[in-house]
Amino acid sequence: MTTTTYLIIAAAVLVFIVIFQISKASEYVSVLKGEETSRKQNNRINGFMLLGFMIVGFIAVYYCNKLLYKTTLFPQGSASVEGEDFDEMFMITTAVTGLVFVLTQFLLFFFAWKYQEKEGRKAFYFPHNNKLELIWTVVPAIFLTVLVVFGLRSWFRITSDAPKGALEVEIVGKQFGWMMRYPGKDKIFGKTYFRVISDENSNPFGQIFQDDETLKLKADPTNFDDVVTTQTMYIVKGRPVKLIIGSRDVIHDVGLNHFRLKMDAVPGIPTTLWFTPKYTTKEMKERTGNPNFVYEIACDQMCGNGHYSMKGIIEVVTQEEFDVWMAKQKPNYYTAFPDKEPGVVKPAAADSTAAATAAEKTTVAINK
Amino acid sequence: MSNETSHVHSSTVSVPHETHHEVHHGHHHETFLTKYVFSQDHKTIAKQFLITGMFWALLGGLFSVIFRLQLGFPDAKFPWMEALLGEWAKGGQLQAEAYYALVTMHGTVLVFFVLTAGLSGTFSNFLIPLQVGARDMASPFMNMLSYWFFFVASIVMLSSLFVQTGPFSGGWTAYPPLSALGEASPGSKVGMDLWLVSMALFVVSSLLGGLNYIATVLNMRTKGMSMTRLPLTIWAFFFTAVLGVLSFPVLFSGFILLIFDRHFGTSFYLSDIYINGQALPNEGGSAILYQHLFWFLGHPEVYIILLPAMGMASEILSVNSRKPIFGYMAMIGSLFAITILAFLVWAHHMFVTGLNPFLGAFFVLLTLLIAVPSAIKVFNWLTTIWRGNIRFTPAMLFALGFVSLFISGGLTGIFLGNSALDIQLHDTYFVIAHFHIVMGVASMFGMFAGIYHWYPKMYGRYLNNTLGYIHFWVTMVGAYLIFWPMHYEGLAGMPRRYYKYDIWESFKQFGELNKFISVVAIIVFLIQILFIFNFFYSIWKGRKVTTQNPWGANTLEWTTPINPGHGNWDGEIPEVHRWAYDYGKDGQDHIAQTVPVSANESKH
Repeated sequence: MTTTTYLIIAAAVLVFIVIFQISKASEYVSVLKGEETSRKQNNRINGFMLLGFMIVGFIAVYYCNKLLYKTTLFPQGSASVEGEDFDEMFMITTAVTGLVFVLTQFLLFFFAWKYQEKEGRKAFYFPHNNKLELIWTVVPAIFLTVLVVFGLRSWFRITSDAPKGALEVEIVGKQFGWMMRYPGKDKIFGKTYFRVISDENSNPFGQIFQDDETLKLKADPTNFDDVVTTQTMYIVKGRPVKLIIGSRDVIHDVGLNHFRLKMDAVPGIPTTLWFTPKYTTKEMKERTGNPNFVYEIACDQMCGNGHYSMKGIIEVVTQEEFDVWMAKQKPNYYTAFPDKEPGVVKPAAADSTAAATAAEKTTVAINK
Repeated sequence: MSNETSHVHSSTVSVPHETHHEVHHGHHHETFLTKYVFSQDHKTIAKQFLITGMFWALLGGLFSVIFRLQLGFPDAKFPWMEALLGEWAKGGQLQAEAYYALVTMHGTVLVFFVLTAGLSGTFSNFLIPLQVGARDMASPFMNMLSYWFFFVASIVMLSSLFVQTGPFSGGWTAYPPLSALGEASPGSKVGMDLWLVSMALFVVSSLLGGLNYIATVLNMRTKGMSMTRLPLTIWAFFFTAVLGVLSFPVLFSGFILLIFDRHFGTSFYLSDIYINGQALPNEGGSAILYQHLFWFLGHPEVYIILLPAMGMASEILSVNSRKPIFGYMAMIGSLFAITILAFLVWAHHMFVTGLNPFLGAFFVLLTLLIAVPSAIKVFNWLTTIWRGNIRFTPAMLFALGFVSLFISGGLTGIFLGNSALDIQLHDTYFVIAHFHIVMGVASMFGMFAGIYHWYPKMYGRYLNNTLGYIHFWVTMVGAYLIFWPMHYEGLAGMPRRYYKYDIWESFKQFGELNKFISVVAIIVFLIQILFIFNFFYSIWKGRKVTTQNPWGANTLEWTTPINPGHGNWDGEIPEVHRWAYDYGKDGQDHIAQTVPVSANESKH
């Protein structure tokens, strides 16, 4: 232990002893003064402090907001169309609850100060009043109905089915990182099965590339053009994107703060989420004035000791940029089976037409 | 049930003789062991719960100080920490695994051991027999068992801190698969087994206690004490016990399934898992099932923690305002409504698990509905102090602080209960701020209020007043300084349970704020040590209580001797003639419940 530590401990102990001695002395003094007198004195001091606490408290709330508002996500606005609902709903709720907050806290501390014990004051015997109680049952109920109606309206909008033509991306969490899969040219995700997952053989999703007798699996050719990436997801500005979310081990959560959304990644139970990005990453750098700005995927569900480092990146780009990027990607099939790569064009094309009929089934299976 | 009732009657009949005996011949037939250790006196058991709870509060608070040091000063090195924690703080820096273990233990300990056992265990035990007019609990023996199950649960939980792979570290909610698979985290190995055993014992303890409280309130009220003459404290403890008895078994079942998944190869919660380069054999389970079972207790648990605080605040506000509680029946009604609704809102913790949005809508509605009884309570408290003649005892200050915190934290619940907002705010610091204010600190304030108010009855002495005032003001200001700014961190999307934030572009702007919060948290923690010192010092050295009824209260506990023996009243149990809140009626300061209604008294 360093000397500073000792000093801090010594100082703390000293402060303790001083506080304690003062308190002990004041107890003796109050006994001498008589219980009545010292109670009155304490009452005056604490009544005054309660009022002071309220006034300073309200000022502090204002100051805190002034200081910290800029650190929140509100000044930069929602980066998704759907997230605008959140900002609006949040402001409505803040207005309603803010009003109640100021009113009730004011009454609480003001009454406490105003009606502190005084010579000659008689407490008012007021056990009940049905009218008053009715008022403060009905009024909150009305306010809450409004909030529920507004809230559910945007809740159903957010959780509705993704529009047709949405870009689909599968995102899967594992301890401690994210993997993404794009359906490729055929726009169909190939079937996966967790028992054929193999990181060594470049098959992190467990795509069914081959027949397997023991597991009773049939190769799914729609897998052959699926693109797999890790950590960074590319999506398109202005185009709705639907995320199909899964996990390989424990529960994770796809936290998309800038888009005002999040959804758990649960092993065995796929979940979905869709939104429409409003700004490219480049535009956001300008909007926020932060040259290092990135859209981050934050894991929001405790997933183990590396939870805090489970970060993904979303690059929002234009459609052209996206197409250029996508053209550069190699289907994961060729990473897993490099020997298949040269003869690629023919079987893949043939397969994708053959697989078109099986398409529906696969998507259903994935979205289930 | 009829058996139990008859047993209850026979015990009420037999105890007075014993008491009589005791009073006249001292305690010679009681050994130290039966009086202070394996005591069946509800007052002693209450003190045992309280002191064990205080031990845990101190430890749980210390955990938070250590992990707050990490959050506030992620780059600093604390050599003393290595001396204290060894491997956990290699080179004076808290390791991630230790951080998560401490966070998990802090949550478990504070929620269950402090705010459940320490709060309702203490005050239900202490006040139910005293305020309903009974010699003891319906079953003093079961009551004693309840404490000792809690004690053993404590020992097991404590022992998990010392196993090599560390205590459980997956968060106090213990969601599988993380909690089910040793491969997923070192804390999920033997630490998790100990956690489950400890929690199972805790459930047993709380069931034994709860059944006893319910039986005592229903069957053992003194003559004239109808249910609607009960003080609100008793109503609150009663509903708390009902909540516990109906929801803890569900948690228990969830734990049993988890034990099976961990050790007996079942797949209740496990499916499609590939971990450590290996696919597990489990298929067909649902990780979400556990969350339903957990939150079916977990949400009522919030009210198990909060209702006793509400009850005690109601009583203390009324006594110290020298005014009846406003809207007594509405207060009972709102307690009842909260109790019912508590069972119908659990899935609001699960809005983002992929829950069917249509189902989610019902949970939004029911959750926001809770705001109505809560609003009734707040306005009734405000009206109670309105035009009173208020004495600011430390207990009264804590009760006022409770109301203030309950408002502040309750209002942010309206944000989180709304799924359209929760989809962004879920698991951010906004949630931390919300539940720490409304459930953690507010209930702590209720507990402090109760301790300051009933300490004279517990020990026949007062706590030091000046220390009480210092304790209140530092804690009150500190609580707001710690938790208010956290809302803003949440609004930046900052996730909870992160060991550090330096790699995140979105959350690294809060370095200074985190430092500030940590410093305040440490100061507030130190002040609690001062309180604990005050508590123990005053047991032996505090100013002596010289009058039977120091606060001028109406309830029955103040008709007992200053230091009541086992059996509470020396002679007959007094008869009750009125409700507990005749303060300031007909120009009289207070009229105790034992005073018969006189002919010319006004009606209300």
